[in-house]
Amino acid sequence: MEAFINHRGLVAPLDRANVDTDAIIPKQFLKSIKRTGFGPNLFDEWRYLDHGEPGQDCSRRPLNPDFVLNQDRYQGASILLARRNFGCGSSREHAPWALLDFGIRALVAPSYADIFYNNSFKNGLLPVVLPEETVDRLFQAVETSPGYTLEVDLPAQVVRTPEGEELAFGIDEFRKHMLLEGLDEIGLTLQHADAIRAYEQRRRTEAPWLFAAREGSGT
Amino acid sequence: MSGKTLYDKLWDSHVVRNNPDGTAIIYIDRHLVHEVTSPQAFEGLRLADRRPWRIDANLAVADHNVPTTDRSAGISDPVSRLQVDTLDSNCRTYGITEFDMNDPRQGIVHVIGPEQGATLPGMTVVCGDSHTSTHGALGALAQGIGTSEVEHVLATQTLVQQKSRSMLVRVNGELGPGVTAKDMVLAIIGRIGTAGGTGYAIEFGGDAIRSLSMEGRMTVCNMAIEAGARCGLIAVDDVTIEYFRGRPFAPRGELWERAVAYWRTLHSDADAEFERVVELDAATIEPQVSWGTSPEMVAPVGGKVPNPFSETDDTRRQSIARALDYMALEPETPITDIPVDKVFIGSCTNSRIEDLRAAAEVIRGRRVADSVRLAMVVPGSGLVKRAAEAEGLDRVFLDAGFEWREPGCSMCLAMNADRLEPGERCASTSNRNFEGRQGQGGRTHLVSPPMAAAAAIAGHFVDVRTF
Repeated sequence: MEAFINHRGLVAPLDRANVDTDAIIPKQFLKSIKRTGFGPNLFDEWRYLDHGEPGQDCSRRPLNPDFVLNQDRYQGASILLARRNFGCGSSREHAPWALLDFGIRALVAPSYADIFYNNSFKNGLLPVVLPEETVDRLFQAVETSPGYTLEVDLPAQVVRTPEGEELAFGIDEFRKHMLLEGLDEIGLTLQHADAIRAYEQRRRTEAPWLFAAREGSGT
Repeated sequence: MSGKTLYDKLWDSHVVRNNPDGTAIIYIDRHLVHEVTSPQAFEGLRLADRRPWRIDANLAVADHNVPTTDRSAGISDPVSRLQVDTLDSNCRTYGITEFDMNDPRQGIVHVIGPEQGATLPGMTVVCGDSHTSTHGALGALAQGIGTSEVEHVLATQTLVQQKSRSMLVRVNGELGPGVTAKDMVLAIIGRIGTAGGTGYAIEFGGDAIRSLSMEGRMTVCNMAIEAGARCGLIAVDDVTIEYFRGRPFAPRGELWERAVAYWRTLHSDADAEFERVVELDAATIEPQVSWGTSPEMVAPVGGKVPNPFSETDDTRRQSIARALDYMALEPETPITDIPVDKVFIGSCTNSRIEDLRAAAEVIRGRRVADSVRLAMVVPGSGLVKRAAEAEGLDRVFLDAGFEWREPGCSMCLAMNADRLEPGERCASTSNRNFEGRQGQGGRTHLVSPPMAAAAAIAGHFVDVRTF
């Protein structure tokens, strides 16, 4: 996984609550068996005026001029400012894959859905949580100042505004560590393979039916 | 010290190791695998030169992409076909048990798990699918995970997690006639909101929950994720235990007796404390109909579409206005004035035998309204389909003008050919009414199976209790 330490980038505002993962990456693109290539279809139904299908050349599709990511001033945005409960709905990891593939490195919102939040960290995408009033204020600042950037500083756990204001955010220690180091979580867990085996050994005695749970078990 | 919640018991019995950073390595007893969220995980395993930790803990089935019409010619969409073929090939490579598309046991992963006894009380269950919360109805700790975690479970048989907070949703009293588990869970989501359960494991309790069948309990836990909770839970009782007796993957003989003795401990202790408690009175719950683009946007069938101008919170007012615009609904329209173009009875929420019986009861001897373009029933599994046919339910649906399909996820998320066209309005027994969920531009109204059936006959929503 790619590490995340510090990122400064242009901010794009997505002013909707409860943005679900179906909106972030619609189902027809979930048929891919790859992890990459979802960027052109990020927010497909909001971003284009026609119906999207896998395998299209998206550069030739009609853009929805009203959609925020299509506006000139937000081209090259790498931080998405969003509203509460961002990423609700399905567990599709294609949602953070699409955001990253599009070029988004960090999100700023008052809250996220659990599975999406978790999935983001597994891919080096940092979902920053700030209080609702602060997020409101950032929406206003982005709206009134073209070219508005933010700096997300993970070691210091602050978001820095262009005026130098520091907005502190909380993050679980283990998530921060994984992200800063870009660690392979499976590799880390496998360092405890003996503990997993010991657990299995004990459970085979305590609850043997869990290990015989195959068709026709016990007959 | 207070007693343990059901969630505490399930968590504690699966801790492999408590890490110093506050997380724990949790052992996973059952991993359900489907075609959409697994290919990248298997590829990741291969790239890292790793192998699955415990083959027999996995059970695979293709459900999202499969056609619900005649399957003898295979899948015509080449992209869908590749994904299903990839699952078949990965399962063959590693020796994972898979119910392939033509297996009579094939079906929606969250229907076949309990049906086979492959998911059992007391297990930790995961699947790369948010509706894994369904299996919490069995007294299992069941959670949806992303593809990175699918790979983690394949490689290590564990997940690294932080414990969730605990919430009790207690539904007291008795549901009225014609009011179902679906109405109950929609009413709960309407009350606590789609983020109300974020960060929590929700246990559903109270007399109204205890009175539900296993099918009804699965409907409730299925939609815990729509309230933001990764897992929903219901305590084990006689209903649970009787449900599993004789299931193909369930223990038998002496092991069955031992398992049952353990399962009987799977309830929250009387003095357990929850961080949040929400109470509802079942008698006040009416049949529910969603009017918007989030499952919290629900109204009782006797109610009206809300008026955004009576909402004081800015974000909520904008959400309501945007939802009404997408749904092409005027504020304060009576719910029963809303016409439907299509009717979908199916999905991991409502495609079990009891759901089909309840819908057939409403339909028997009646005809689908001429204004309804398509009314379809998609059973949750091949075995549900067969059981329904043995009872003659297929004839009831077919005689009324419904289509009777092969099992799969179908129009719940429209990854196969079953979908809404732009602007079409659907009475759907599924779980999500997001924009475009059932097809780009499609408009979804979430309802119970009897309410969907009644809407198909009437051509618009009606109160099934007086229909």
